[in-house]
Amino acid sequence: MGSIGIVLPGPAAFDAWRDQARRVLAAEVPPEQVEWRVAGDAAGLFAGTPPPSGAASPVAVPRAFPALAEIAIRHRDPERFALLYRVLWRLTHGTHGLMEDRADPDIARLEAMAKSVRRDAHKMHAFLRFRCIQAEAGPHYLAWFEPDHHILHAEADFFVRRFAGLRWSIITPEASAHWNGAVLSFGPGGNRHDVPREDAVEELWRTYYASIFNPARLKPAAMRAEMPKKYWRNMPETRDIPRLIAEAPARAAEMVARGATPPALRRQRDVHLAPPEGVAPGMDLLAPKDPAEALAALRAEVLADQALPWAAQATQAVFGEGPIGAALLFVGEQPGDEEDLAGRPFVGPAGRLLDRALAEAGIPRAETYVTNAVKHFKYTPTGRRRIHQSPDAGDIAHYRPFLRREIEIVGPRLVVSLGASALRALTGKAVAVGKARGQVLALPDSPPVFPTVHPSYLLRLPDAAAKAAEYQRFLADLRAAAATALG
Amino acid sequence: MDLQQKLAILADAAKYDASCASSGADARDSRKGGLGSTAPGMGICHAYAPDGRCISLLKVLLTNACVFDCAYCINRATSNVPRARFTVQELVGLALDFYRHNAIEGVFLSSGIIRSPDYTMEQIVRVARELRETHGFRGYIHLKTIPDAAPELLEEAGRLADRLSINIELPQRSSLESLAPEKNFAGIRRSMGRLRERIEAHAEDRRTAQRATPPPFARGQSTQMIVGADDATDATVLGTSTGLYASYGLRRVYYSAYSPIPDASRLLPPQPPPLVREHRLYQADWLLRFYGFTPDEIMSGGTAGMLDLDVDPKLAWALSHRGEFPLDVNLAPRERLLRVPGLGARTVERILAARRHRALHMEDLARLRVPLAKVRPFLLAADHRPAARLLDSADLRQRLVARTAFTAAARPQQLALF
Repeated sequence: MGSIGIVLPGPAAFDAWRDQARRVLAAEVPPEQVEWRVAGDAAGLFAGTPPPSGAASPVAVPRAFPALAEIAIRHRDPERFALLYRVLWRLTHGTHGLMEDRADPDIARLEAMAKSVRRDAHKMHAFLRFRCIQAEAGPHYLAWFEPDHHILHAEADFFVRRFAGLRWSIITPEASAHWNGAVLSFGPGGNRHDVPREDAVEELWRTYYASIFNPARLKPAAMRAEMPKKYWRNMPETRDIPRLIAEAPARAAEMVARGATPPALRRQRDVHLAPPEGVAPGMDLLAPKDPAEALAALRAEVLADQALPWAAQATQAVFGEGPIGAALLFVGEQPGDEEDLAGRPFVGPAGRLLDRALAEAGIPRAETYVTNAVKHFKYTPTGRRRIHQSPDAGDIAHYRPFLRREIEIVGPRLVVSLGASALRALTGKAVAVGKARGQVLALPDSPPVFPTVHPSYLLRLPDAAAKAAEYQRFLADLRAAAATALG
Repeated sequence: MDLQQKLAILADAAKYDASCASSGADARDSRKGGLGSTAPGMGICHAYAPDGRCISLLKVLLTNACVFDCAYCINRATSNVPRARFTVQELVGLALDFYRHNAIEGVFLSSGIIRSPDYTMEQIVRVARELRETHGFRGYIHLKTIPDAAPELLEEAGRLADRLSINIELPQRSSLESLAPEKNFAGIRRSMGRLRERIEAHAEDRRTAQRATPPPFARGQSTQMIVGADDATDATVLGTSTGLYASYGLRRVYYSAYSPIPDASRLLPPQPPPLVREHRLYQADWLLRFYGFTPDEIMSGGTAGMLDLDVDPKLAWALSHRGEFPLDVNLAPRERLLRVPGLGARTVERILAARRHRALHMEDLARLRVPLAKVRPFLLAADHRPAARLLDSADLRQRLVARTAFTAAARPQQLALF
């Protein structure tokens, strides 16, 4: 059997290629017996017989193949059609997994072609520049661009979406695309003289380009790697590159040689911005008698506290919340992710569980005071999340004086400690929550303390039945605490 | 002062902000009116300057007048630079003109602090509002937000912009206090926290929206840190970044090597850091985000809290953990392959897909564009076994440095200044 010759209507005619490829594949014509060319190209030694006629039925191939073929067919390499057919042949003749093997020579080559086409398209989106002329119908934007591959038809849509409200034409050596504000049409190719040499906006654009460049960081090779010289002649700003590069060393040297300059004598303008946060000096010494004032002063002190180095990684200190004189004061461990962002205690998952339990136990949360033993969120960063890290004895000891003063000002009848850290902060030593739970501990210089578990303990229990049972126990603790405080 | 002079001053004043990303926006286009489109996923760099940086956005300040006196900043109150201020109309006109010429993806607006944080933020928001609402601008908008501006202004900025950023400025609180006394460390973090809450709430609204899509809101936030203006080590810088990524869901932390500025302050070190330090920090940042490295692991390849300037941080880590190698390219799991110097994340995915079908040889790796000279000591392939003494040899580092020396031209170099 002699070879088969196929003529495609255009250089990137994917539908026509697919149609013909299906026919020769159905006739089991092996790749080496098919020759491909584009209508209008020189025939040369092209002497194949026409392809078989008849219906071309679809062939089952991995979805990745047509997706890649549609891009790669725009490549200027004359062998692209044959390569695509060879890959199609191999996919349908035993090598089903071929598309996943990017180290296969055919696939590597096809991927490289597609990559080159995508890059060409990306550079066209990026480096094509319009110039504006005043036409009869109003402003018309014209661009001259020289793509490496046959991409104009495929990429015109990008410019339609972007500039649907303008009239524009893109002229390339091979073809041209025209948008009149409603319809896209294609015409013959042209040359650079079809586009005016410059327009008024370009001078401003060149000024911007020259000013945004930092002469102290000259890296022309990095620039050329991303913006190869072949594009330069159609980009107005590149005219200034040689001058900018030539002047850079002297400009940078001058900056350094001039060294530090004394501050300008006359500051531009006086302003009165909000005073920095923190405590006004001496505020402490005044020792306000009014508890609200005292609490506000303590809060300011906590917010300004930065003694522990890890605390600088938190968003803010989270102070307690609730009415002064509340009968019940709850102490948790430390703020979590949500508390850290919001600047309020018990607003995250554990806080929501506490709210629910308080409501069920008949304790209005608004009448209680909630706070934490440690005032900053201590965490381990992992990717885009923060993992709670338990405070150590030193951390708890650092915040202990703040907590004691907070309790003293609020003056509750009973302090409920939630979890081990809170209990440690209140008692000053390690006490097992399991043993002390449910008892009322009398402490010197402090209201009595009622230990129970932290609501996050309930959240961590994996077993639903255990969770429900523990929740009931927690409710019972809350009811007992309320009875102690109010009774 | 004419428009061209203003543009020269206000672009010059903005160039020390490294961010120019135009990616990660909602998909929009102008077929139903307005001007412009976004390229979701991938940003577009419309030009590159001779400093190797991409020019994607019209990056300017509204004004370079500033009441703050931050030592590292060219626009600080006591600097002698000439001052200028755009009118809202001038800036909007420039942005639209450049956009219609296909020279930019959109704008990145920032400003010196004038009068008050709220007043300044309001001016920035006005430009964005004019672009979006009066001119139907569908392109990319990145707004620098002013810490401690009113929440309503941040909210409006978020509705108009694709990205918001707040600069952390310096890696340590103590440096910010000494070099930028008016800036408020806690305020910066609080603003970032508020933004994260808002961006996540909006993402949640989008996920759960039944019918109408919720009104737009910025998709992400980023920040910038100046490196080399204070005494912070690379370990401190990366520690701060790790905390910021985990705390505020940032898209990016940009590192900006402190660059000599005209009219420098006396508080700053006389010599700028080598530009390659900034480059190594970016590489380390990539290892943190995409390669499963912890800051401690990365720093174990350096000395005294500083990264190795001669080799990239992954190679530096591998050289100090030679016992983990060689790995078999046909057997090693993804997380181990990601640690091989010379294998990028995408190449690793391709190796995993290809090796399901057959055993890979060195020429397969070459076709996957793997730098063979770099990986050879660390990998086993079907036809390759590195000599044991190669991995143990004392001069391995030296040889790999020499091998990669040809890339030196493309690597950032500090200018010879004298």
